[in-house]
Amino acid sequence: MSAPVLSVRNLVTQFDTRAGTITAVDGVSLEVGPGEVLGIVGESGSGKTITGFSILGLIDKPGRIAGGEVLLNGQDLRKLSDRAMARLRGDRIAMIFQDPMMTLNPVLRIDTQMIETIRAHRDVSRSRARDMAAEALALVGIPSPVERLRTYPHEMSGGMRQRVVIAIALMLEPDLIIADEPTTALDVTIQSQILSEMQKLMAERNTALIWITHDLTVVAGLAHRVAVMYAGRIVETGSVDDLLDHPMHPYTRGLISSIPSSVPRGERLVPIKGMTPSLMNLPEGCAFAPRCPQASEICRKARPDRQDLASGRGLRCFHPLEEA
Amino acid sequence: MLAYLIRRLGQAFLVMAVMATIVFFGLFAVGNPIDLLINPEADLAEQEETIRRLGLDKPVHVQFGFFLAGLAQGDLGTSFVHNRPALELILSRLPATLELAFLGILIAVVLGIPLGMIAGLKPEAPYSKVIMAGSVVGFSTPNFWQGLMLIMLFAVFLGWLPAGGRGDTVDVLGIPVSFLTWDGLSHLILPALNVAIYKMSLVIRLTRAGTAEVALQDYVKYARARGLSPFRVVGVHVLKNILIPVVTVLGLETGNVIAFAVVTETVFSWPGIGKLLIDSIGLLDRPVVVAYLMLTVFLFVMINLVVDIGYSLLDPRVRVKGGRS
Ligand SMILES: Nc1ncnc2c1ncn2[C@@H]1O[C@H](COP(=O)(O)OP(=O)(O)OP(=O)(O)O)[C@@H](O)[C@H]1O
Ligand code: SF4
Ligand SMILES: [Mg+2]
Repeated sequence: MSAPVLSVRNLVTQFDTRAGTITAVDGVSLEVGPGEVLGIVGESGSGKTITGFSILGLIDKPGRIAGGEVLLNGQDLRKLSDRAMARLRGDRIAMIFQDPMMTLNPVLRIDTQMIETIRAHRDVSRSRARDMAAEALALVGIPSPVERLRTYPHEMSGGMRQRVVIAIALMLEPDLIIADEPTTALDVTIQSQILSEMQKLMAERNTALIWITHDLTVVAGLAHRVAVMYAGRIVETGSVDDLLDHPMHPYTRGLISSIPSSVPRGERLVPIKGMTPSLMNLPEGCAFAPRCPQASEICRKARPDRQDLASGRGLRCFHPLEEA
Repeated sequence: MLAYLIRRLGQAFLVMAVMATIVFFGLFAVGNPIDLLINPEADLAEQEETIRRLGLDKPVHVQFGFFLAGLAQGDLGTSFVHNRPALELILSRLPATLELAFLGILIAVVLGIPLGMIAGLKPEAPYSKVIMAGSVVGFSTPNFWQGLMLIMLFAVFLGWLPAGGRGDTVDVLGIPVSFLTWDGLSHLILPALNVAIYKMSLVIRLTRAGTAEVALQDYVKYARARGLSPFRVVGVHVLKNILIPVVTVLGLETGNVIAFAVVTETVFSWPGIGKLLIDSIGLLDRPVVVAYLMLTVFLFVMINLVVDIGYSLLDPRVRVKGGRS
């Protein structure tokens, strides 16, 4: 693999709340190469969005990045000044937010929001920026883009708005796009349509893509590699096929057997028992221990460290499942 | 849009009619203006002459009938005291009040919005706490007392500004204004400040609350995620969203300032309609009081209308439509 576009090492992001400090991202390490799609999968609250915001340096009080490195093309973003970081945002790294209905400013027209983005990063005239915006809309399959530019967000459907946001992300040809569940709010047909279009564009442009989702099936069809997150940590990572065919972490296996299509006809779906843990009071040992069928004495006492196995496989578990 | 306008004006006229009736009879019940108006030295014939001329010899329902008949011809009656048409009298005083109100509101907006945004963006900072403490003081100081303090400080102690009156005026399109002459402006500053301080406190609190809320919205974070400058994020993305409630309240407050400039105008002897109202009530000058209140209601409705239109310009989601209620 060529040099990674993004390389995150031991990232820790914490929130200081009245009830104590919450570690929402706990020692996350990941890499994405050019043209590669990394899926981050995890339940609600596992820290996926906060990981994305941390990469962009967009953690607001009471939160703070407490440790780790974020390297973009080898440059440590945590060492950059606010201004230098702002220059990168939207230009070299673009993020597509989780909720398309809330992402665009309701009182500004689409053209205003697209043109301001271009002009924040490129020294071009207003009319040139407008042309670029229209091209970007056309690229993501928005019909009559020139007219569309003059509308307000509320005049568009959710699917259209999400396309606009995707267009804004693509517009300046960034090195990395972080897409935070960009399709979950949309209906299934539009979802798969947008997915395949994105996949094609990413491959064509050699853009690195981090696709955040809680849906393993989306990842299966889109990503090259997967990182499974649980309670702020990446518990297992590996190539898509490897990980889906031979899950080694009990949580990953639990996720897979709760997908309807993964279970042969006639067999029962097995949802993961128990509740997502609250980050406020995580168990002392492995965060998954209270729900884990494999859990033993040690799991309740110590936190498993990350083991790096062959072929880019990473794991945090004392009792990995035997390869089937 | 037209239907909407007509409905709004219809409502205005209804309120004006009810208001006028209540005040007419209310003032009749309060006392007899004759006791105040008539020169005690005048002889009986003269007194009766005056009473007849003012229509005060007739029973109240007949007087009210005359009043309505006058209204139908656009005549709001003639001031008992000044012997001039009441409406003309009020309109001649209106520019002074409008000038005071608008300058007051302008100061409140120009200072209040930035201060409120600062306090909303950095609620924990010491300067934000100072701003908010200041707004509490501005909010709770009685207007007349605040006016007197301003006079004490700037007119009596420092001697920088005059204590009252309107100063020199210039006619612009036939309307006398103060703010274009140095002397006029110096007379205007203190009363305008007195009007502004309370409004500014209000604007600061509204802006602070709005900013704190809007700053948490996804679209603000998204604006930052696109690499926009902090200036643009705050000055465009946040500001445009908080202006909606601020404009609404300010619109209503403008109505309030105009209608109830009484205190400030009295403290600073500012010759506006508020001072006229107080003088007229004191003299039981019924036509002026009734006309004043009708005009006030009308102004209120018009200002609300302007606010609604401004609202729709600011928020594309509520563009005024013909069928809107
Ligand atoms: N402002 C905050 N203050 C305190 N804790 C926070 C804050 N924002 C996030 N967290 C914590 O960080 C954790 C991770 O949140 P995050 O939004 O990253 O989850 P997620 O994996 O994206 O979930 P979802 O699938 O629901 O979007 C949450 O469980 C929450 O406890
Ligand atoms: S470390 Fe123990 S509790 Fe945690 S996932 Fe592995 S087996 Fe289960
Ligand atoms: Mg999320």
